[in-house]
Amino acid sequence: MAAVNQKRWTFLLPILIVALLVGVFAKRLIDVKGGQDPSLVPTVLLDTPVPALDLPPLPSRGEGLRTADLKKDVSLVNIWGSWCVACLAEHPLLMNVAAENAVPLHGIAWRDDPSASLRWLARNGDPYDLIGQDPVSEAAIAFGVTGAPETFLVDGDGVIRYKHTGPISREAWDKTIAPLIEQLRQ
Amino acid sequence: MIKVSLLTLSLFVATLAQAVEPGEVLEDPALEARARVISQDLRCVVCQNETIDESNATLAQDMRRLVRQRINAGDTNEQVVAYMVDRYGDFVLLRPRVTPQTWLLWFGPILILVLGGVVVVRVMKRPASNVGEALSQEELDRLDSLLPEDNETS
Repeated sequence: MAAVNQKRWTFLLPILIVALLVGVFAKRLIDVKGGQDPSLVPTVLLDTPVPALDLPPLPSRGEGLRTADLKKDVSLVNIWGSWCVACLAEHPLLMNVAAENAVPLHGIAWRDDPSASLRWLARNGDPYDLIGQDPVSEAAIAFGVTGAPETFLVDGDGVIRYKHTGPISREAWDKTIAPLIEQLRQ
Repeated sequence: MIKVSLLTLSLFVATLAQAVEPGEVLEDPALEARARVISQDLRCVVCQNETIDESNATLAQDMRRLVRQRINAGDTNEQVVAYMVDRYGDFVLLRPRVTPQTWLLWFGPILILVLGGVVVVRVMKRPASNVGEALSQEELDRLDSLLPEDNETS
């Protein structure tokens, strides 16, 4: 009888729905564990040219940061601030990158008091080639930044190729960023 | 008592007010009104569940300033929003756009409502025949044998 068959089928329906939901939630949980944080904002700027920049330098620290500076060679742009605790955690790695002369590393001092930026660099070391000041988030918004630190890998033509959100770990550097730099240089 | 409740009320109203600071406001009220409208549709990307209009985050403040700067430069509302979307993606919009990716979000509830309606209609339409059927003689006899004797007398 049709009615009986239908009953059997509908009694399975809630179980199927629950199984489906469990599957969806489990996948999200596994993704988070695997390092894909769903609260991270994906960047839409990948493979687009760097925004127009003309940032003033920190007092008595040479040149600021301009778009043209990012079109010479593969380079990194690091958004940081002396107020940013996670930047301090990342700093030893950046010092290392600078010491190895691995790649030009430019800084954007985001929403920071210039003298505080300079003091921070004097205390913790200065790994940057060029630093531009960004007191009102002009560059930060242009780069679609949501928090510090964020680091952009820019190729020799000034096109954004990769974005790292949060402090760069040794692992992220070795496994992702360093190979990408090699690849972009070829 | 009234004084206290008035005070609490005024505090409450104060928290409802936007985060826009006096220094940020544009001189032209028409332009400022546009800025407010745009700001109420843009997400504060730091706090994620507030508009930039109501957020006190510094980045939201800078985004508000940029919105007003673009308006002053002659951008239309759509151009200002597009400027933000170009940098932060659709994520920056508090009202998700209707795209194939968001169809489920927009139309899912309607779909569920329709499905539920179909189920309800089918249940209502189901004939009540096997509910009202009388017991056969065989079943009546069995029932008699199962029920205790004194049940019949009472």
